[in-house]
Amino acid sequence: MTVTTRREAARSTGRAVGSVRASLLVVEGLWTWYRRNWRATVFSSVVTPVLFLLSLGLGLGTQIRAGAVPGGATYLAFLAPALLVSSAVQNAAMDSAYPILSGFKWQKTFWGLVSTPITPGQIVAGRFVWLAARLLFSGIAFAVVAAFFGGVQGPSVVISLLAAVLAGLAFAAPIVAFAATIEKEGQEFNLLFRFVVMPMTLFAGTFFPVSQLPVYIQPLAWITPLWHGTELSRGAAFGTLEVLPSLGHLAYLLLWLGVGLVLARRSFRARLMV
Amino acid sequence: MTGVDSLVQARGLVKRFGDFTAVDGIDVEVRQGEAFGFLGPNGAGKSSTMRMIACVSPRSGGELRVLGDDPDVHGPRVRARIGVVPQQDNLDTELSVRENLFVYGRYFGLSKRHVREKAEELLDFAQLADRADHQVEPLSGGMKRRLTIARSLVNDPELLLLDEPTTGLDPQARHLLWDRLFRLKQQGVTLIVTTHYMDEAEQLCDRLVVMDNGKIAAEGSPAELISKYSTREVLELRFAPGQQHAALPDVQGLAERIEELPDRLLLYTADGEAALAAAHQRGVSPVASLVRRSSLEDVFLRLTGRTLVD
Repeated sequence: MTVTTRREAARSTGRAVGSVRASLLVVEGLWTWYRRNWRATVFSSVVTPVLFLLSLGLGLGTQIRAGAVPGGATYLAFLAPALLVSSAVQNAAMDSAYPILSGFKWQKTFWGLVSTPITPGQIVAGRFVWLAARLLFSGIAFAVVAAFFGGVQGPSVVISLLAAVLAGLAFAAPIVAFAATIEKEGQEFNLLFRFVVMPMTLFAGTFFPVSQLPVYIQPLAWITPLWHGTELSRGAAFGTLEVLPSLGHLAYLLLWLGVGLVLARRSFRARLMV
Repeated sequence: MTGVDSLVQARGLVKRFGDFTAVDGIDVEVRQGEAFGFLGPNGAGKSSTMRMIACVSPRSGGELRVLGDDPDVHGPRVRARIGVVPQQDNLDTELSVRENLFVYGRYFGLSKRHVREKAEELLDFAQLADRADHQVEPLSGGMKRRLTIARSLVNDPELLLLDEPTTGLDPQARHLLWDRLFRLKQQGVTLIVTTHYMDEAEQLCDRLVVMDNGKIAAEGSPAELISKYSTREVLELRFAPGQQHAALPDVQGLAERIEELPDRLLLYTADGEAALAAAHQRGVSPVASLVRRSSLEDVFLRLTGRTLVD
């Protein structure tokens, strides 16, 4: 017999840990997965944005007159801080769609998690800490490559990185909340990526300033977290940030994140504790 | 109201989903060290009851105490001390067998060192030591089930909840699994099992309740239930489907009770062989006949009142 022999008064070894520790245990579980499967994620999180930077920055950039780029920088320098945010937002969205649905529907790992002392809210908290860490790591990898090609202007890249992480988290939070409510196969995500993420990537200020859009379309760009993150990131890179607009962008992103987290927590709880 | 020896106490426990009442006011008490069963067909309310006991489903009414605590108030604290084997495996199929045990153990606040040692012990217990570093995905259903059970033991639970533990497994895998559960029982782990297999309930449970439509239809040990609700023996007379009804008048009076199923007649009597001889004498010629001991299957048939023929 290999399992510890019990006596009458045998006590369980398990205990419920505090919320912070519990969330970090969720992160530890995700890290265990990542150590085994990270290769599958590197392409979309690092390689793809680098390819965009090289193709558009070095390639298309040669066809763009220096004076035409706002601030007079090279096109690659103009593009890099925005691509940083754009890829963070896209990766955050991808990480928050099918992987979340799978935890409920296919792998059902969330159901296993709440059989332990971990609560639905702690799962959500842990996943966002993990997502922040991954976005930061991918962002740094991108920034290192971009620096070789003149895409990094100085220490202000730290602010750009933080803006990218914040924009990614802000965009991800409502998607996580939504993913947790889906019962079927997740066809809704196709609509999300086709009609929200893709147009947002093209028109929310990554490749050209939003001011170039027709006046009546500009508000559409303003409501996206990507545009606010891009303004912060690019503004930091070129030293054009002003206090009030910056606080506005920051507040807007934090609002998205805060509301999204509350909704995500609620939908996790509603799905898991029935 | 919570006795020291009582791990689960439910009084008038109710679970509703909208207009549907899944659990309709049940009283249950599970005592230290016993193997307790919820027996019933799919949809009887067994899993809903289990989820409430597992502290992942707030009750709609009544009282419930698990390990002395209210699950709706102290869920995490209670979950730390119980083990759960869900109806559908929810292993992380992209991790290895060992990693599944390790990661899960950490959620119970156990130290890395402790979980590492515990994982080795459980790999032996589940007979998965040679698969420890394999990914979970390609494992057989029986192996995944054993891993799920091993995982549920990582915190040395005082109470183990098993929801349909052997559904979908082949007979060999079932027997191996039952063997593991017997060992746990011998070690004094309190087990709560739901099943719709009568043989499983007879094999595993010291005491059980029969559930139907969210209510408890009967309670007792398998032997008590059989002696109370059935006869010692059963004579099964098998016919071509549809032919059994014609033979019904001929066997009247040969048994205490007769049940008619689509392809057979069940004669409940203390002496099956005598009833069979009498039936032959009356010229009844079934395709096949069988005398057997009564089982929980017969209890269930009686309690739920299906096709009862007098």
